[in-house]
Amino acid sequence: MTATLNSEAQKVGGVDREVSNASPSSPRKAAQQGWRKRSWVDRLMLFGPLTLYVLFTAIPFYWMLLFAFRPSGSTSLIPWPITLEHFETVWFGVGFGVYFKNSVYVAVLSLILTTFVALLGGYAIARFNFRLKGIFMIIMLCTQFVPGAMMLIPLFDIFRSVGLINSLASLIIADTVFQLPLSIILMFGFIRNIPKELEEAAWIDGCSRLRGFLAIMLPLMRPAIVAVGSFAFINAWNNFLFALMFLNVQERFTVPVGLGYMLGEFSVDFGALAAGGVVAALPVVLVFAYVQKYLVQGLSAGAVKG
Amino acid sequence: MTITAKAGPPQSASRRRAERRRRSLPYLLLAPTMALLLVFLLYPLGNIAYFSLQQYNVSKPWDNGFIGLENFTRMLSDPLFTSSLLVSVQWVFVQVGLQLVFGLILALIVNESFKGRGLSRAILFSPWAVSGVLTTTIWLLIYNPAVGFNKYLADLGIGEYGTSLLAGGTSAFWAAVLAELWRGVPFFTILILADLQSASGELYEAAQMDGAGKWRRFWYITLPHLKNSIILATLLRGVWEFNNVDLLYTLTGGGPANATTTLPLYVARVAIDSKEFGYGSALTVVAFVILGLVSIIYLRLTKFGKET
Repeated sequence: MTATLNSEAQKVGGVDREVSNASPSSPRKAAQQGWRKRSWVDRLMLFGPLTLYVLFTAIPFYWMLLFAFRPSGSTSLIPWPITLEHFETVWFGVGFGVYFKNSVYVAVLSLILTTFVALLGGYAIARFNFRLKGIFMIIMLCTQFVPGAMMLIPLFDIFRSVGLINSLASLIIADTVFQLPLSIILMFGFIRNIPKELEEAAWIDGCSRLRGFLAIMLPLMRPAIVAVGSFAFINAWNNFLFALMFLNVQERFTVPVGLGYMLGEFSVDFGALAAGGVVAALPVVLVFAYVQKYLVQGLSAGAVKG
Repeated sequence: MTITAKAGPPQSASRRRAERRRRSLPYLLLAPTMALLLVFLLYPLGNIAYFSLQQYNVSKPWDNGFIGLENFTRMLSDPLFTSSLLVSVQWVFVQVGLQLVFGLILALIVNESFKGRGLSRAILFSPWAVSGVLTTTIWLLIYNPAVGFNKYLADLGIGEYGTSLLAGGTSAFWAAVLAELWRGVPFFTILILADLQSASGELYEAAQMDGAGKWRRFWYITLPHLKNSIILATLLRGVWEFNNVDLLYTLTGGGPANATTTLPLYVARVAIDSKEFGYGSALTVVAFVILGLVSIIYLRLTKFGKET
């Protein structure tokens, strides 16, 4: 069981390490240089599927932008002349202005809560040996199999009994709880790879454990914190089912719920729907772009890799 | 480990206090996690088991009460339970299989060095961050018979006007598969790429010197190297796809004629639409047991974690 956990942590940790490999180690580089001179068959086998799949990925995005920016009734395949009428409709008419605010509130607070709690938990598991450690890790692993959709009923029950239905707090709690195990596993994997000696040196210099942590560990952990934080943000931003179940008044809707209701309407205003989609996509796309750049920039993670 | 040990002769009282503090620190750090998981994960899980033995309908509170195993016997005569279970199995196998194949191919491609690799990666990975509802939004615009691809293809003389993939049972299933594939492949690409980067270059060079061709190198070095991460990724993804409700709930709503109703989607509909919490909980218990058993069998069969 623990072996599974470890390799999973490595895997998840590996994602950020991977992208940091902007400057690969020398044998790797040599191997890659060997591939540089390609025959045209090799080129075709490389760029053929690549182009096809890039198109498959990009065209749906383009399709949404097309509907969002071209005037109603137009069937042109190029969004020209560009119009912002659909964004006005969706933001003021449908109420996405309010949904957006709610979503930002939920996602940011989930991010903060998840990252902070996971930081404490990950540190505890990575740096201490204690009696319940094994059990705790097994529980963390098992939570990965708990389906969110199936927790709708009991969670609704709990939130109703404490009066949190129609409160955004219910969503923040649910998002955090479901994001926490993976976040802790990620933090644990990362902290484990930072040599203990760095911290111990600070203690010998007279630092308390807390000061040593803040001064030495925290700066080194930036990549992990960014990764955990952005995962938490993206997941909270995207959550649909919990929001659908826990929030029943329109002033509390989040963006995915607003979008879901638009989808369910009898006659759909496609331009407005697409504009709503763009509003829903924008924050996660921005966060994603930021994470990618950050990870590529590369990280002290490589330097202290265990 | 502790500074006190190095600092010289111990003063017993304060040292004991420090020792006690050191011992309780990990529990203190884990307390918030424990509290959250206990209250909002483990306790609700227990509740599901409890509710599954109850008649519990929020909209008909006067009928609520203990009914033993009635919810479970009801399942046996519920055709939607059997059909949704079958759809779930089909959905998971098709999704995970196709995502793995495409993810592996793409990871191998973007692991090569070529101009524009960074941009290709960024584009290929991007659907990973997109939500199920947004995926539905995008693909509904594509599948729509009046304004989607169908209209433009019909303009070119391909197919007929006004046909929708989402109208027929089989075609709706595959339309949902395609949409989810669009979103799901990046997960495999990212995980496999991460693992490819840790493969040792020396091994490949040695193989190349021994005259092993590209396919042999892939078969004898790359695949064994990837084995564990593939097993783990397929398992996690299998569980995830089994539980995937957002996309199907919004794209097809489980229709037409329940052809795309998976078990968790059925549970969600029982919970959200008809508010039958008792029966929904019983279905959850069954789904949970199935998921657990299949996962254990899968890990055993694939000999996860053991060297080949």
